[in-house]
Amino acid sequence: MYKLLLCMRYLRTRYIALASIISVTLGVATMIVVNSVMAGFSTEMRERIHGLLADVVIETNSLDGVPDAEKHMALVQQAAGKYIESMTTTVEVYGMLSFQYHGQWITRPVTLIGINPGEKAKVGPLKDFLQSYRPTIVGGIETEPAQRSMDVPPGWTLTKSAQEYRQWWIERQQMMIHGLGGEDDPLPAPLVPGESVTPPFGGEDPGPPNFDEFPNSNASTDEPGAAQQDDSAVAAPTPADSEPSTPLIADESGPTFAPPQFEAPPFEAEGAPAVDELPDSVGWVGLLDGRLYVGMGLISFPYEDDNGKVQTLMMVKPGDDVKLSTVTSGRPPDTTHFNATVVDVFKSGMSEYDSNLVFCNLEYLQKVRGMVDPSTGVRSITSIQIKLKDEADAKVVVERLQAVFPPGRYSVKTWEQKQGPLLAAVDIESAILNVLLFLIIAVAGFGILAIFYMIVVEKTRDIGILKALGAGSGGIMSIFLSYGLALGIVGSGVGVGIGILFVHYINEIEKFITWITGHKVFDERIYYFPEIPTSISATMVIWVAVGAMAIAVLASILPARRAARLRPVEALRFE
Amino acid sequence: MSQTQTIDPSDVGKSSAVKSVVNKQETVKMPKGQISTVALEKSYFKGQHKIPVLRGVEVAVNEGEFVSIVGQSGSGKSTLLHLMGLLDTPDVGEIFLDGDRIDDLPEKSRDQLRNHVFGFIFQFYHLLPELSLLENVLAPLMIRHSLWSFWKQRRAMREQACEIIAKVGLGHRMKHKPSELSGGELQRAAIARALITRPTVLLADEPTGNLDSDTGREIMDLLASLNEHDRLTIVMVTHDDSIARQAHRIVRLKEGRIEAVDRAA
Repeated sequence: MYKLLLCMRYLRTRYIALASIISVTLGVATMIVVNSVMAGFSTEMRERIHGLLADVVIETNSLDGVPDAEKHMALVQQAAGKYIESMTTTVEVYGMLSFQYHGQWITRPVTLIGINPGEKAKVGPLKDFLQSYRPTIVGGIETEPAQRSMDVPPGWTLTKSAQEYRQWWIERQQMMIHGLGGEDDPLPAPLVPGESVTPPFGGEDPGPPNFDEFPNSNASTDEPGAAQQDDSAVAAPTPADSEPSTPLIADESGPTFAPPQFEAPPFEAEGAPAVDELPDSVGWVGLLDGRLYVGMGLISFPYEDDNGKVQTLMMVKPGDDVKLSTVTSGRPPDTTHFNATVVDVFKSGMSEYDSNLVFCNLEYLQKVRGMVDPSTGVRSITSIQIKLKDEADAKVVVERLQAVFPPGRYSVKTWEQKQGPLLAAVDIESAILNVLLFLIIAVAGFGILAIFYMIVVEKTRDIGILKALGAGSGGIMSIFLSYGLALGIVGSGVGVGIGILFVHYINEIEKFITWITGHKVFDERIYYFPEIPTSISATMVIWVAVGAMAIAVLASILPARRAARLRPVEALRFE
Repeated sequence: MSQTQTIDPSDVGKSSAVKSVVNKQETVKMPKGQISTVALEKSYFKGQHKIPVLRGVEVAVNEGEFVSIVGQSGSGKSTLLHLMGLLDTPDVGEIFLDGDRIDDLPEKSRDQLRNHVFGFIFQFYHLLPELSLLENVLAPLMIRHSLWSFWKQRRAMREQACEIIAKVGLGHRMKHKPSELSGGELQRAAIARALITRPTVLLADEPTGNLDSDTGREIMDLLASLNEHDRLTIVMVTHDDSIARQAHRIVRLKEGRIEAVDRAA
């Protein structure tokens, strides 16, 4: 009883001891903040990686792929069907993306992935990454609503604004080519869509587009003026224009665009290699057969404008045409080129992906690469992406699939295994940080030890009195141990509070520090996050708090032992 | 004397219980008196030098007796008192309580004896500065009881404490901290704290040493009345002859030896 009473009284009257636990408090707060931010980064990153990969991925070791997607899907179903929610086949191959900007050709190495967007969206959150599904946000304020509603399944169609943009530049090109009012136009021609629109395979008729829907700007809606009357639309999309304030997405307000659906007309451009033969009609804005989602990092670069705000300058926008080079699946592999229309831009937030991936329509890529058996029409694939009903089953599924797909030809991996080194690096980083921060709290423990020794010396007389009144050594010891524990509880309690508050207001704090120092603390150009992501885990908080308390108790053991060993008469003689 | 080791700590408070254990095996050399010392020797080390403080002191104090120990500074009177109260252990010699050797008891039993049998009063009062007067007085009971049993009996104990505080004349000061009390009040509080455990022996180390003569006389009157009415055995250390004379007997110490034992007034 006296132990508790004295311990509480000491806690309330010895402020020097409270000073000693400030270090514990700060250590605990720092650990919580750092862990939360690290966990936030890691979760965000995992989400993004996971979004682009699927739960389980089966890949062929050869870039040529294996024939017969249906057969493989059936095999997968048979092996692990009960765990699988959905799956999609893809073709992955390396390639080069070329586009013209400021009169020069820019070429980027890319990973070209043939997908079926509808199926892909069922396997992962594809839509979340496509810019047309996202509202335009400037400085944290939504300036424009998303151009597509989330209900619309992703496809290979252009949004209305992109369609208008396309129409605008094609008209402009036409004018240039035909010299219609082009004499006094100083702007050079942008990408020439028809320049090398050659059929991918010599002579093979590409046939009608594979898409049963595709939007066309309404030929009856007005014409040239449609684009020109919009100032920004004129200024922005001109690739030759060096105006830096080009908006991210072609400026087009208005509600979500539901493309008018009609049967696509035969594709004239496909068979018309010569520019001159392009249809002259103002309304002609037909898309090429190759459709792409291009990674944001490939076709844009960030820069700081005069106000110090980070802007992204798009070099290619949805509606533009770009060139792609890749290899065929034949032996030896031949290079092959094709032109394709950029339908959308995707931004996952993982710069590794955003500056490397180009999604293409699967059927077209298979055709271009010669992965369609000419006689049977059987298509080859290089990978199958599988979404599971429950992610936790990934290991079981991988085991089952490995039995079906021999490791020599295929590799079956979970998304985590595919990104193993990256995720492991983050884990190690966070482990090392934790060790270092815990050492800081341990250092605080020595502070407690020193101050406790002082308190024991100061309280020598009181210890003597207590012993004279019959208190045992154990009792004296437990006074100081529980005092240490009480300090630890107060210290880590306050630390937890500060830490959680800090994490909660971390973005406000970041802004404040930026405002004070004038330097951007958290640069979105580096991290791709508009805000610092955080994630507080209760387990982590409890462990940190318990650890700090344990250190406070450990640090008080030595002084407590000293107090307990004082002989009462020595303690009383101490004046 | 092996039985003394087996004393149940819960019984040590009752001197009769101690007696009953010991009576079975009376030894030849059993000193008389409630508390007695046999050939006590104690020395301290100051650096390398051994300084003898007590050199064979034999004192016996009877039940209900009021004994003063006087002597000059360094004569060993305080050390003798501390040894009797088990605050220290003698180098040589034995201490008996009701004929039962207590100086070689294990630590736990010594703690129990200090709590149950002895009441201490010090020259510098030695109240705990963090606690109020009432809490200071209750401290020995808190030490005796566990948290749970103290909680169960807290009303009775508070009542008891209030009664004793009123008895020493501090009923109006219950909630005050020691720093808010005068020297006389502090010593009364210390006496109240010593009495709360209903000790059989009160050990007072210069109880008036720090007080003016009037206050000192009040304290001495209080002690005398405790001795007279409550039959409390009191051993008091002092260097003041006039104070010492209020006791029944005066033991004079000089350089660690008993110089004389006088009958006081």
